[in-house]
Amino acid sequence: MPMPGRHPGSAASRAVQALIVVAVAALLAVLAMTTAAHLQQRGIRSGFDFLLEPAGFTLGESLLPVDAGDPTVLAFAAGLVNTLRVAVPGAALALVIGVLAGFGRLGDNPLIRGLAGAYVNAFRNVPLLLQLLAWYFILTDLLPPADAALSLAPGVLLSKSGLALPWWGEAGFELPVAAGFGIEGGARLTPEYLAMLIGLALYSAAYIAETLRAAVVALPAGQRLAALALGMTPRQAFRLVLLPQAWRAALPPVTSQLLNLFKNASLAVAIGYPDLVSVAGTSLNQTGRAIECLVIVITVYLLLSLAAAALSHRLEARVLRGGVA
Amino acid sequence: MKPTLRQRLAGDPLNLTLTVLVVAAAALWLPPLLRWALLDAQFAPDAAACAALGHRGACWGVVAEKARFILLGRYPADENWRPAVAAALIAASWLAVARGWLPGRAVLPALAVPPLLAIALLGGGFAGLAAVPTELWGGLPLTLLLTAAGMAGALPLGIAVAYGRRSSLPVLRGLLTGYVELARGIPLVAALFVASFLLPLFFPDGVAVDMLWRVLIAIVLFAAAYLSEIVRGGLQAIRPGQLDAAAALGFGHWQAQRWIVLPQVLRAVAPSLANSAIALFKDTSLVTVVSLYELTGSLSLALSGDAQWRPFYLEAWLFLAALYWAGCALLARISSAAPRQP
Repeated sequence: MPMPGRHPGSAASRAVQALIVVAVAALLAVLAMTTAAHLQQRGIRSGFDFLLEPAGFTLGESLLPVDAGDPTVLAFAAGLVNTLRVAVPGAALALVIGVLAGFGRLGDNPLIRGLAGAYVNAFRNVPLLLQLLAWYFILTDLLPPADAALSLAPGVLLSKSGLALPWWGEAGFELPVAAGFGIEGGARLTPEYLAMLIGLALYSAAYIAETLRAAVVALPAGQRLAALALGMTPRQAFRLVLLPQAWRAALPPVTSQLLNLFKNASLAVAIGYPDLVSVAGTSLNQTGRAIECLVIVITVYLLLSLAAAALSHRLEARVLRGGVA
Repeated sequence: MKPTLRQRLAGDPLNLTLTVLVVAAAALWLPPLLRWALLDAQFAPDAAACAALGHRGACWGVVAEKARFILLGRYPADENWRPAVAAALIAASWLAVARGWLPGRAVLPALAVPPLLAIALLGGGFAGLAAVPTELWGGLPLTLLLTAAGMAGALPLGIAVAYGRRSSLPVLRGLLTGYVELARGIPLVAALFVASFLLPLFFPDGVAVDMLWRVLIAIVLFAAAYLSEIVRGGLQAIRPGQLDAAAALGFGHWQAQRWIVLPQVLRAVAPSLANSAIALFKDTSLVTVVSLYELTGSLSLALSGDAQWRPFYLEAWLFLAALYWAGCALLARISSAAPRQP
């Protein structure tokens, strides 16, 4: 449906495009000038040199050892690692739960169908932020204190101070034990981390379940009937005929759900888990370098989106080329 | 030959195991849940009685106690009717569209006008209504306003961007593609930070724009990128014969777009647009990170500083979750009602 009048490459078309470029450039120039003037008024220096200066703040938790004296760039890196630390296991968990719930909704057991349907319906229709706040409240307010921790399994202790797991410590492999007012030994997952992990996984899983169900339901009815006519049982028909086709149709929306999970990890800022966006927010408040901090966040997320898009293209190409998976 | 209920519940080992597990879990957990939620629950807003329960029963009194604050936020208490009417206007417009009470032509205006009325009513400053600064707007009217005004602003922009990306001008296409990919690549929280910290630097001297309007600008720009992709998909699905027929009838290019193409596109993508509205409705909860207290923010505001009622956060939370759930259900009705409209 080509637009009338202007042909690509014609003088008129070139003139209009030149006009657009000039207009956009002028707008950007005006914005840059206003911004520079404002920054000068407020006495805010600009530039990325602050990244090499001491951060001046510490992170609530971090895999990378970072303290207030380390350069800000390390704090940003620790924030990014924190984002990945919650988003990657969260995505894996979401896939597993989503596939199970999706199968549950498609299966023939009416109890499981109803249960899976209720889960999908409830978790998709309440804002993720609200769900995260509830998990955080449950984990920090309703659980017993550390000295009365719930023992889920030998060496797995759940309490207000988080989930303690057996892990390798200074003295080799050790089980966490309640000691005084705290828990000693093993590894600790904080309530902030757990709330993010559970909240992100259950929210995305509900969407993945729905995507899978829709993909199976959208297949032509003849596929199932033909499989049954060939003598397959309903379960064989589902596993050998319907699922391989549905999985291909569901792959693009499922990858976009997983990408959403990465973006949603930024809600960490609301419950105090130090992800990339929280670190940027803290640094922004400390240094006033709003432009620089936000440019870093936006760039990192765009790169992540690009990487995810490239990965999913390759995956789709593989799945589509591979015939019936 | 459909399997009987008995076969479906216990026809093979897997189904039998699942059925037994579900029944056992229900037998184990439903009675205590029922006791907590109903039998042992305290329904009166009586903090002492709730504290005495010690979480053995739910304290639904917290909902009655805090409902005004959660629903209307910090809006001046003697002007309650204004946020109430503003919220009712927007909710009524959604209900009218969802139930199919309006002719197709009236749907878009009916969705676009209520947020404007709500802004006038909440802001006041005319006809004897006291002016109320936007920092004090909150709760349900703010959630509904951000959703309705965000969609009303984003749809025209999204349509314009979708047409722009089909233009024959590579420069225009490139710029718009860049914008759409940028907006879709970043989380909304980042966009809200831009609205909060960056936008004030862009406005000329002496122009101070309230946080609410800056956030609304960010929401419109963010949502428009998603809507433009939906509209672009709809444009691609229009068969060229439609345009040829329009041309044969003497329609100009833009006339054909206005009267032939766009109505078909909007009707075809209406369910996707409604899904975007649901996503936005839930996403408005994020504005609490830049200190606007819509429903989610006002819940925290209502309880975090109140040691007496804070222990009953979960009960108030359930009330709010039910409210969001109902809003999503209403918008989903629009999504399923849309294609039938002439």
